[in-house]
Amino acid sequence: MSLTDTVQGRHIPDQLRSTLDRRLKSWESLLLLVAIGIFVVNSFASPYFLNAWNLSDATFNFTEKAMIAFAMALLIISGEIDLSVASIIALVSTAMGLVMEAGLGTPVIVLTGLLTGLVCGAFNGLLVTRLGLPSIVVTIGTMSLFRGISYIILGDGAFRGYPADFAWFGQGYVFWVISVELVIFAILAVIYGVILHKTNFGRMVYAVGNNPTGALFSGIRVERVKLTLFLLTGLMSGLAAVCLTSRLGSTRPSIATGMELEVVTMVVLGGVNILGGSGSIPGVVIAAFVMGLVTFGLGLLNVPGIVMSIFIGLLLIGVIALPRLWAMSRKGR
Amino acid sequence: MSALKSRDTLLFGAILLLLALISTRFPGFAAPSNLASVLTDTSPLIVLALGQMVVILTRCIDLSVAANLALTGMVCAMLNVAMPDLPMPVVILVALVCGACLGAVNGLLVWKLDIPPIVVTLGTMTIFRGIIFLLSDGQWINAHEMSPAFTGLPRTVILGLPILGWIALLMVAVMAVVMSRTPLGRAFYAVGGNPRAAVYTGLDVGRTQFLAFVISGTLAGLTGYLWIARYAVAYVDIAGGFELDVVAACVIGGISIAGGVGTVVGTLLGALFLGVVKNALPVVDISPFWQLAISGAAIIIAVTLNARAGRAKGRVILKSAEVTR
Repeated sequence: MSLTDTVQGRHIPDQLRSTLDRRLKSWESLLLLVAIGIFVVNSFASPYFLNAWNLSDATFNFTEKAMIAFAMALLIISGEIDLSVASIIALVSTAMGLVMEAGLGTPVIVLTGLLTGLVCGAFNGLLVTRLGLPSIVVTIGTMSLFRGISYIILGDGAFRGYPADFAWFGQGYVFWVISVELVIFAILAVIYGVILHKTNFGRMVYAVGNNPTGALFSGIRVERVKLTLFLLTGLMSGLAAVCLTSRLGSTRPSIATGMELEVVTMVVLGGVNILGGSGSIPGVVIAAFVMGLVTFGLGLLNVPGIVMSIFIGLLLIGVIALPRLWAMSRKGR
Repeated sequence: MSALKSRDTLLFGAILLLLALISTRFPGFAAPSNLASVLTDTSPLIVLALGQMVVILTRCIDLSVAANLALTGMVCAMLNVAMPDLPMPVVILVALVCGACLGAVNGLLVWKLDIPPIVVTLGTMTIFRGIIFLLSDGQWINAHEMSPAFTGLPRTVILGLPILGWIALLMVAVMAVVMSRTPLGRAFYAVGGNPRAAVYTGLDVGRTQFLAFVISGTLAGLTGYLWIARYAVAYVDIAGGFELDVVAACVIGGISIAGGVGTVVGTLLGALFLGVVKNALPVVDISPFWQLAISGAAIIIAVTLNARAGRAKGRVILKSAEVTR
């Protein structure tokens, strides 16, 4: 076969055909197997695991984090990162508390929350895109700035007494054991899946992550894509803050401490390359379930929270280390 | 080089101005005895920032320093409770070795497995804290359980300055020599300044980064003992969030997050700047709850100024693993 034969008149697909073999060997299917494995182990380990209401409770372990993880996945694919998400939650929750103290109703509280999240995202995004600063340092800075503002306002106090209808977001159920948060999670999963895998914008995100210079020369407004992603991450953190505050029913400046780690872990576990350029939303969805099932299972076995965090830390490093170790051992042979 | 020097003088001027402003209202603040106590208070930050400086110079970042400090501190405290008669040099040696080992874990993961430093240290940060919980069972170790020699050492005053302050000054001197007078110091700059060129000159980039993490870990371990002994209490959450202050001190001190640029003097001044601000807060009657926001704002302002003054654009740390490959 000559070179011209292969190029002339040949349909060049913009995506490799996904054969069954490729699908079975993908990260997502591996992860799905792990999820099923954990589910089975858990149901043997604790008699309380296989109970519709318990399982429904377990979803709260990941719904709020996953909301942020969807936007964070896009951000990491584009080659940036946002470590300030947990601090955005603290600031958003504090802003909502202030509005609540002023006697305004639930719609205003929620709107304030989402707007505050958006503003925080814009702050991060503008510093990164307009001033060309590395996102990792900017968001390490805003990580203490945002939570710091929350501490200035609240000190060691707390906001309590949110209106009764505000509780719907974090404590409400749409149907039987299906919570409002779970529905929001499902809707967002679909929306982000479509954005990343079926739209031009999604394609741009991959392009920007793989080769920013190449993307720029292809006519993609790299900075604008990145700014949009920071805005989305801020907005999602705002939404997660609405749900979390509603579920807890109070605001303290220490709310959601360390959540950025769990969000990043969820994204990386979902198969998103931490260096940018690749990853998928289905992967993140399964990773969310895996982390939720694990923390819930460990909780049923009375494992304290801080020990679970060891597990999350090991998971984060292990997920990246194991494939590399495996590749190294194959190369060595 | 002259630009760097002027930057240091600028920062030094800012610190003097700050001191002058505070002493117009509170004359006692700039008194030598109070300045000595500010230096002592800032010592842990100075020592940790020196380690962080080396790591950032090689285009990495170490977010696990505070957790390393807490874990090593807990190990020393438990050792002291179990064997109160152990001579102090042995305890300090244990702290150094323990810290170095924890740093080596970070370094090995970065060097051998090529995992981005931010991911490694974000992970080990929580793992170290979790290990403290497992070791101590969540219990506190309080002053009355520690031996007087253990808690007394950092507070012993020599020539008007506690040993804690002297150790910080000693570390500054040692690091200044290492960074400017040894092949290793030059290697840190070379690896961060241009990893590819460093490879061509025969430097092992991964190994140099590993050594940076070991230095950072060793200094964190030393600070761990000093911290626990000075405050005479050890528990899981000690120095929580302190890693952010350490990064802030480095960035304020002019260490470029893109690697390869920064000096020991700059780091010292950066740490002192934060230290003066923190010590001034209670004096001028501002709630300590402002500290976190001030550190954050300082990081952002400093990194903005660095970017303006320094190179055209900072490189993303996450990409460092790719560049070195």
